[in-house]
Amino acid sequence: MSILNSSNISTLEFDVLVIGGGGSGMRTSLELAKSGLKTAVVSKVFPTRSHTVSAQGGITCAIASADPQDDWRWHMYDTVKGSDYIGDQDAIEYMCSEGPKAVFELEHMGLPFSRTANGRIYQRPFGGQSKDFGKGGQAARTCAAADRTGHALLHTLYQNNVKEGSNFLNEWFAVDLVLNQLKEVTGVIAFSIESGEVAYLKAQATVLATGGAGRIYSSTTNALINTGDGLGMSLRAGIPAQDMEMWQFHPTGIYGAGSLVTEGCRGEGGYLINKDGERFMERYAPNAKDLAGRDVVARSMVLEILEGRGCGDEKDHVFLKLDHLGADVLNAKLPGICELSRTFAAVDPVYEPIPVVPTCHYMMGGTPTNIHGQAFKISSSNDEYIPGLFSVGEAACVSVHGANRLGGNSLLDLVVFGRAAGIHINQAMKSGGGVADASKDDIDKALHNLNILNESSSGFEVSTVKKELQEVMQNYFGVFRRGDYMEKGVAALNDIREKIENLHLKDKSAAFNTNRVEAIELQNLFEVAEATAISSLQRTESRGAHAREDYPDRDDENWLCHSLYDPTTKILGKRHVNFEPSQVEAFPPKVRTY
Amino acid sequence: MTLSINIYRYNPEKDKFPYMQSFEFEKPKRDIMVLELLNQLKEKDPTISYRRSCREGVCGSDGMNINGKNGLACITPLSSVIKKNKLDLRPLPGLPVVRDLVVDMTEFYAQYEKIKPFLQNDTPVDIGERLQSPEDRDKLDGLYECILCACCSTSCPSFWWNPDKFVGPAALLQAYRFIADSRDTKTAERLQSLSDPFSVYRCHGIMNCVSVCPKGLNPNEAIGEIKSMLLSNKSNQNIITSDKAG
Repeated sequence: MSILNSSNISTLEFDVLVIGGGGSGMRTSLELAKSGLKTAVVSKVFPTRSHTVSAQGGITCAIASADPQDDWRWHMYDTVKGSDYIGDQDAIEYMCSEGPKAVFELEHMGLPFSRTANGRIYQRPFGGQSKDFGKGGQAARTCAAADRTGHALLHTLYQNNVKEGSNFLNEWFAVDLVLNQLKEVTGVIAFSIESGEVAYLKAQATVLATGGAGRIYSSTTNALINTGDGLGMSLRAGIPAQDMEMWQFHPTGIYGAGSLVTEGCRGEGGYLINKDGERFMERYAPNAKDLAGRDVVARSMVLEILEGRGCGDEKDHVFLKLDHLGADVLNAKLPGICELSRTFAAVDPVYEPIPVVPTCHYMMGGTPTNIHGQAFKISSSNDEYIPGLFSVGEAACVSVHGANRLGGNSLLDLVVFGRAAGIHINQAMKSGGGVADASKDDIDKALHNLNILNESSSGFEVSTVKKELQEVMQNYFGVFRRGDYMEKGVAALNDIREKIENLHLKDKSAAFNTNRVEAIELQNLFEVAEATAISSLQRTESRGAHAREDYPDRDDENWLCHSLYDPTTKILGKRHVNFEPSQVEAFPPKVRTY
Repeated sequence: MTLSINIYRYNPEKDKFPYMQSFEFEKPKRDIMVLELLNQLKEKDPTISYRRSCREGVCGSDGMNINGKNGLACITPLSSVIKKNKLDLRPLPGLPVVRDLVVDMTEFYAQYEKIKPFLQNDTPVDIGERLQSPEDRDKLDGLYECILCACCSTSCPSFWWNPDKFVGPAALLQAYRFIADSRDTKTAERLQSLSDPFSVYRCHGIMNCVSVCPKGLNPNEAIGEIKSMLLSNKSNQNIITSDKAG
C-alpha cells in the first residue's frame, strides 16, 4: 500500500459533517436535513446499530402526564442535585425547559411510547426524581416505550431521517480531525470500511456525535463499538476534555455479561437484596432507597460485597428481586429485561432474582461545549470557541450531568442538544460563518497516524494491548479510587502508550478490514483512558461518581468546578461551573442525601 | 475436547472463490455465545471479518447463518447449535458477500425504505402529544421491536428469487407496523403501493421468517393482515386472479 497524502486521496465536500449515527447525531442531522444544507452523517455502523438502541428505561422529562402538576423546574432541581452541583445550570435549565417540546416532537415522529389509560405518554419513576424541589416525595417522570425506549427512539430518528432525505455515509470510519493553520476544524480523514477508500471529508462544521467510551473498562454495559472515537480524535488534535474522571457505574449490570438491567426495574418496584435477603438500600438511603442516585446505589452495593454480604459462591454480586411484581407486570413493562436475563443470566425474573453488579455505563465528561454544541478550549481563563467544531450527546460535556447523571437524562440530552446544535449551525451557516481551507500539509498531517498503522510490519497485537488497557482501568479507576493505586495505574498507562504507538496491523487488506478499525478504536480508547486516569488522580475530593478513599469528602472550596484536561501538557486545569440560569434562581450547593 | 469451527472465508482482493476454513477450538468450560467464539478466533486470526455491536441481541449487526439456520451470533449459545462437535458459520444467504461473514445489505435496506417506514400524519398537533389508547398501542407490539437484522428476509426463498421486487418479511412487518398505528393516516396509500403482484403476494407462507426471527416476531402474520386488507378492497382482487407469474 502506498503512503497516503493529500494528492492521492479524494476530497468530498459538505456544508456539515455529523460524525456518528446514534441518537444525538441523527437528531442533529434531522434538523439540518430540513434546512437544505449539504450534510453527511458519517457512521461506522448502520445507524440503527448505534448504542442508543440499548437504552431501556426511558427519557426523563416533565411532560406532566403521570402528574399533571409536574414542573420542569423540579426536574432541573433533581438534575442539579444529581450532578453533585457541577452540572452547568444554564444548560440544565435549557434541557429541562426545552425537553417537553423535544419529547412531543419524537411522539409526533411516531415513537411508539407506552400509554396511560387516558392515552397520554406513560411515565415511570426513576432514581433521583422528586416533586416540589425534593420536598414532595418520589416523582414518575421517565417517558417509556416498554423497556425498549432507546430502540424505539433510534429507529424513529432513523425513519425520520429517511423521510427527510438525509445523506448517510454508512460504514465509514472517521480517523482524525483536519485542522488548518488557524487551528480551525475543516473536516476529517475517513475511510469506507466496505471498500477501504480513504477520503478527506471537508466541511464548514464538524459535529462529533460519537457517543461514549465504556470499553476503556473490561466490564461495561456499553456496546463493543463504544470506543470514544470523537474524543480520541480531538485529544490527538490537542483539544481539551472536561470532567473525564466522572464515569457512571450503573448499579445493575448483569453479573458476568455486563448487559444493562434498567433502573426502570426498581422504578416499577423491584429492589436489591444481599445474601441474607436484606433490602440493604434502606440502610444507605432511608428515603429514596433503591431509587437513590446511581452513584449512591453503586457504592452501597460495593460496600455490601466488600463487607462479605455479597451473593453467590464468590460473594461478588448482589441480587435484583423482581418476582414479587408478578408475570403480568414483568411481561408488560419489562419484556426486554426478561429476555436479556434469560439469555445472559440463565434466570427467569418471574421466579428468581437477577445477579447484578455495578458496571461501567456512562461517560459524564467529554468535549466541553456550550448549549449550541460549540466546542471550546480555555485561553487565558476565558472560553475560546474552536471554529468548525461541535459536539453533542455523550461525546460532549455541555454539562448537564456534572459528576453523576440521572437515569433517563441521557436520551433527553441527545434530542435536546442534537436539535439545538442543528438549529444553531443552520443559523450560523446562513449568516456566512465558515472556516478557511486546510493546506496540503494540514491534510497530510491528519493522515500521519493512519499511514504509520498501514505501514507497520511488526509491533504489538491489538487484542492483547486492549485487554491490558481495560484491566488497568478496571483495577485502578473503578467505583472506589485511591491515590496510590491510581499512581500505579497512570504509570501502567505510560508503558501502554508505547505499545499504542507501535501497534502491528496484521491485516493490510482494503475490503471490510475490521482489524484496521479495531486498531484505531484502541488508540481512541487509550486517549480517553489516559485523560480519565490523570483527571481522576488530580481531583483530590469525592464528588458524585468520583469516590476516593483518601479524600472521602466533597471539597466545595477547591473543587466546585469542572476539571479540564489538556492533552498537550497532560495537566488538569479548572473551569467555573455555571450558576446563572436565566429563568429561575440558581440552586446553591447543599449536602446531597437521598 | 476440540470443536471444529468452519468459517466461510472470502476476501475479494485475493480470493477468486470463497472457501470454508476450519479452526480447532477447545470446548469452553462454560457455555458461550457464538459471537464470543468468533471474538476468540479473531484474536488468533485478526483477518476474520464480521459485524458486531451491542453483543446483546438488540442492534441486529451479527445476523449470520449458524449451522444452516439464520440467527444472531451474540444471543445464540454455542451449546444450542453445535452438532457432533462441528459448527459451520456462513454469511446470511441470498445477498452478495462483501467479505467473510459480511454481506451487502443494500437491497434489504432499499426494500425497507420503499415501504415509507415513518409515521405519516399531516394534521398539526397544537399542544402535547397525539393521544393513543393503550389498546391501540398494544397493536404495535410484535411489530415495532424489529431490529433489521435481515435474518428473516435472507431465509426467505421468495426474497432470494426477487429481492428487488418482493418487499420481504422484514420490510412488510414494518409496513404493517405503520398500517396498524392509529396515528398514521396513510393506510390507503400504503396498501395501494403494495397491491402489485410482487410486493406482498410473492409471500407463499413458507414461514422461514417466523422460525428464524431472533426477537420472536411473526412477519407471516403481519403479511396475512396486509393480504386480507388488500383483498377486502375489490379493485385489488384482479391482481391476484390475473397474476400468471407463479
